[in-house]
Amino acid sequence: MAFFIETLIGGLLSGVMYALVALGFVLIYKASGVFNFAQGALVFFAAATFVGLLETGLPFWLAIVATLAAMVVVGLATERFVLRPLVNQPQITLFMVTIGLTFFLEGLTQMIWGSQPRALDIGIEDVPVEWLIERFNISVSRFDVFAASVALVLFAVLAVFFQKTRIGRALRAVADDHQAAMSIGIPLQQIWGIVWAAAGFVALVAGIMWGARNGVQFALTFTALKALPVLILGGFESIPGAILGGLIIGAIEKLAEVYVGPMFGGGIESWVAYIVALMFLLVRPEGLFGEKHIDRV
Amino acid sequence: MLYREAGQFKTSYAADQQIFPIRQDRIGIAIVLVLAFVAVPLFAKFVPDTGQYLLSAIFIPFLIFSLAALGLNILTGYAGQLSLGTAAFMAVGAFAAYNFVLRVPGIPLLVAFIAAGLCAAAVGILFGLPSLRIKGFYLAVATLAAQFFVVWTLVRFPWFSNHSSSGVITAQKMVILGYEFDSPIEKYMLTLAIVAIMAVAVKNMVRGTVGRAWMAVRDMDVAAEVIGIRLMYTKLLAFAVSSFYCGVAGALYAYAYLGTVEPEAFTLDLSFRILFMIIIGGVGSVLGSFLGAAFIVVLPIVLNVFVHGLNGLLQSTVQWSLPGSITSNLELIVFGGLIIFFLIVEPHGLARLWQIGKEKLRLWPFPH
Repeated sequence: MAFFIETLIGGLLSGVMYALVALGFVLIYKASGVFNFAQGALVFFAAATFVGLLETGLPFWLAIVATLAAMVVVGLATERFVLRPLVNQPQITLFMVTIGLTFFLEGLTQMIWGSQPRALDIGIEDVPVEWLIERFNISVSRFDVFAASVALVLFAVLAVFFQKTRIGRALRAVADDHQAAMSIGIPLQQIWGIVWAAAGFVALVAGIMWGARNGVQFALTFTALKALPVLILGGFESIPGAILGGLIIGAIEKLAEVYVGPMFGGGIESWVAYIVALMFLLVRPEGLFGEKHIDRV
Repeated sequence: MLYREAGQFKTSYAADQQIFPIRQDRIGIAIVLVLAFVAVPLFAKFVPDTGQYLLSAIFIPFLIFSLAALGLNILTGYAGQLSLGTAAFMAVGAFAAYNFVLRVPGIPLLVAFIAAGLCAAAVGILFGLPSLRIKGFYLAVATLAAQFFVVWTLVRFPWFSNHSSSGVITAQKMVILGYEFDSPIEKYMLTLAIVAIMAVAVKNMVRGTVGRAWMAVRDMDVAAEVIGIRLMYTKLLAFAVSSFYCGVAGALYAYAYLGTVEPEAFTLDLSFRILFMIIIGGVGSVLGSFLGAAFIVVLPIVLNVFVHGLNGLLQSTVQWSLPGSITSNLELIVFGGLIIFFLIVEPHGLARLWQIGKEKLRLWPFPH
């Protein structure tokens, strides 16, 4: 039983990491209807820039601020030079353009910072939390707990930002209805710029967490693929959906890996999340919290 | 002037509904076919070095990718179901063809290809089932399940690769009626024949009942259902036909192009490349599939040549060349940048440019 709980907790905690990446997708999709496949590349870019700056000898906080500035620049540039010319194009075109952006960012990142994997040390060791072992005989990585708490803080910050600030309200208005938002004088393009910058910020947090965990390397871009089942499970438009979806996918993936995987000879984590999400969609086609579409002829 | 259909009267329904109703189109297609079937092989025969390189590095992959792009275009362009699992269906085709030739003694190669296509179609129907419930990007992500699941299955169960230790399959020799297709020219001719027949078949399909049903579903599925189009049948048929095309393309990819292939060759990257082909070529256009495939096949080669040329120039002028890490990433950047640029400049693809060109040619040289 202890082992089951241990696996479950491990899964839930890694699910929070998936949710971190999924959150970036949701932010952009909600506000501009763009399915931003480049979120994974943004994570990679953020992590590589952060590590690169640290290596030049910049102090930790300065490096974070500088990377954040870089992410904001990338976000604003994307909005200005990639998305603005494509306003009113079909969604598939916007999706494709973000794949082009993925290639571009991947190339740019490796060109600036090199392609060799690098370690990122943020001072939290990947060792079990002691009192959990003593009290319940459960081994939970301290790093995972830390990452999950950072994610929770981020979610809380975003929730406050969306609910309580003026810009947050404008963002929600735009997400709700572009035309109505424009007609009451909300500057759409400015809002999109802010959203992309916010997604860049989320990517930075995700990049630091994932980078500290697995090393800063090209494989970070594949975090996007981990986030996709989370997205369809939780619904593209919902931040709580991204979090809950992340928890569910993380838990199921770990449990399946441990209990079902050996039956098939392992390696099932590449698809099990997708199949689970797919099964779930057959029951609820919009995901957990996605907007229900009413078709009119 | 060049492209004016004035004076071409149609006196029967059959004449009005033919695949290429305009005389200039028919002439154009005939010229292209003659070039492809006669001129290209002749060129390769008389200029063996360049010709063979062109055939095996450009023309054969171009044709195979065109076929795969056609398949995806049926599904995404005509039936409106976004799919990211194209490479998986190609993988099914490649491995099915291999196993049919291996395990069914005396099976004719073309029958094996068709059977491989049918296998891919079956897998396509299976993964197309969710399309009855889910739409848009939810479906696109769901098709990723096919992508990962199929590749995993092919790697995990060694039976599919005949217990080869590395999972790599080596395509058997292509023998049809005792004649062996071995040289690049022969492989090219076989691929070309298959692609040409299948392209005409698509062209025929999309102007008929089936194609119109697909387009109705694409434009608005509820409305299509209301006017009596069976959604389930139409969508699954689109998945089946599309996967059939991708499956045959995959079989050709293994047999006529690569020769040896492993499951990991059919990655998500390949799916994206084929998606790029139809977006850049033109969604919902047969011609666009070919134009897009040509663009995506030729672009990396041109980029490579360009970067090498740039390096040579730098080497000779300032005694310094770009390090390897920069050149490879430069390709990535330029590739991504070009795709962005292209989508911004012409979101409807190369096929749209051709259409605009035709409009202009209709009046040329007297625009008023």
